[in-house]
Amino acid sequence: MSKSLISINDFSRDELLHILSVAREMEETGSSKLLDGKVVACLFFEPSTRTRLSFETAAKRLGAKVIGFSDVANTSISKGETLKDTIKMVSNYVDIIVMRHPLEGAARYASEICDIPVVNAGDGANQHPSQTLLDLYTILQTQGRLERVAVNMVGDLKYGRTVHSLLQALSHFDPEFIFTAPEALRMPAEYKTFLEKRGIPFLETDSLMEHLCDCDILYMTRVQQERFSDPMEYEKFKDVYRLERSMLAGVRENMKILHPLPRVGEIAEDVDNTPYAYYFKQAQNGMYVRMAIIACLLGYR
Amino acid sequence: MSERNTQLKVSAIKDGTVLDHIPAQSLFQVIDILDLSHCGNPVTIGVNLESKTLGRKGIIKISDRFFLDEELSRIALAAPDATVNIIRDYQVVSKKRIELPAEVIGIAKCSNPMCVTNNQAVTTRFATVVEDKKVKLLCHYCEKTTEEFIPLRH
Ligand SMILES: [Zn+2]
Repeated sequence: MSKSLISINDFSRDELLHILSVAREMEETGSSKLLDGKVVACLFFEPSTRTRLSFETAAKRLGAKVIGFSDVANTSISKGETLKDTIKMVSNYVDIIVMRHPLEGAARYASEICDIPVVNAGDGANQHPSQTLLDLYTILQTQGRLERVAVNMVGDLKYGRTVHSLLQALSHFDPEFIFTAPEALRMPAEYKTFLEKRGIPFLETDSLMEHLCDCDILYMTRVQQERFSDPMEYEKFKDVYRLERSMLAGVRENMKILHPLPRVGEIAEDVDNTPYAYYFKQAQNGMYVRMAIIACLLGYR
Repeated sequence: MSERNTQLKVSAIKDGTVLDHIPAQSLFQVIDILDLSHCGNPVTIGVNLESKTLGRKGIIKISDRFFLDEELSRIALAAPDATVNIIRDYQVVSKKRIELPAEVIGIAKCSNPMCVTNNQAVTTRFATVVEDKKVKLLCHYCEKTTEEFIPLRH
């Protein structure tokens, strides 16, 4: 079994830093023929246009060919083929599999039944490690360091997998956290226990203004409709925070606003041309990080 | 019930294994875990017996059967304080505590309905975590914690 990227928790501090340094090299070199002759499978058992395009572009910029599907509607999976059979078959054709699946743990399972590397591009509400790596890359790029960064996470901290994975990854780098969330969407106790055990400080508030000026990174998230069974509950929370240009007076000079995108109403458009907005560059970084992930797993550096 | 009576109950088989100090409410889980309903040997079960430490306890006596440590360690999920008595010729020749395994493979069910193990033919696998004296199971696949032990049906 070769090395795969399944969960951010599988990677040590040094391994994380290694991928980030390769990502930087990718950003500097741009396109190359590094993976000429290789074939990458992008298997999207549930649709995610943004993530799929980012991975496919990453593979093509390295000179690899891409095969796969963007949803299961017209495939044998819709006829009841098991995940095992699909993975076994595809792994005989390609050099690496990038997969997104609605079931949690699907990518881990896939990596155990085939002999080629598997990249988890999202397994239900569980992990999405390339997102976490691109967040780390962006923090490093904007702050010049990963150590001792103050991160204010805003929005749905209860169900948001991106904030949970980022919290775990940053725990290697001596961070400080501020958790801004309404009472019903606060950071789950298990993650707070995780931080307490490691002596990592955090504050909690339900006010976006309260600690806006105390952070280096303002990590905004969207309240996701699909997490609420009751549409009334969603209506109550969807616009709970809205960041506007006028609120940014007095923030730290180095402060950058990140957002995994797409945004709904959390960040007003008048924020886009402030020096703090960084979410579009963050999305672009995703491509360099995914180039680095694919290249590293296929044995480059 | 006197100490002597309990002793008598424990050693009342000629050769075999006696599992003692099983919490009364976990008795049937232990039977499931060891798959005793498909075991051809004589099995005697005692329920709701008095116990100084557990209040009500259960005892299981299995004649002419000796388990591997690995098999017994699985019981720790349902009965972490259980003791194992090995009986030879009506005498307790060995008495030991059960040790919690670091990993549990194929006997517990993940409580997350969206876990791949509940939707595809995947063998479950958990790391055991002890928190507040309770055994919890951390799923190797979905990375969620299962608080209550749910045995997989055979
Ligand atoms: Zn699970």
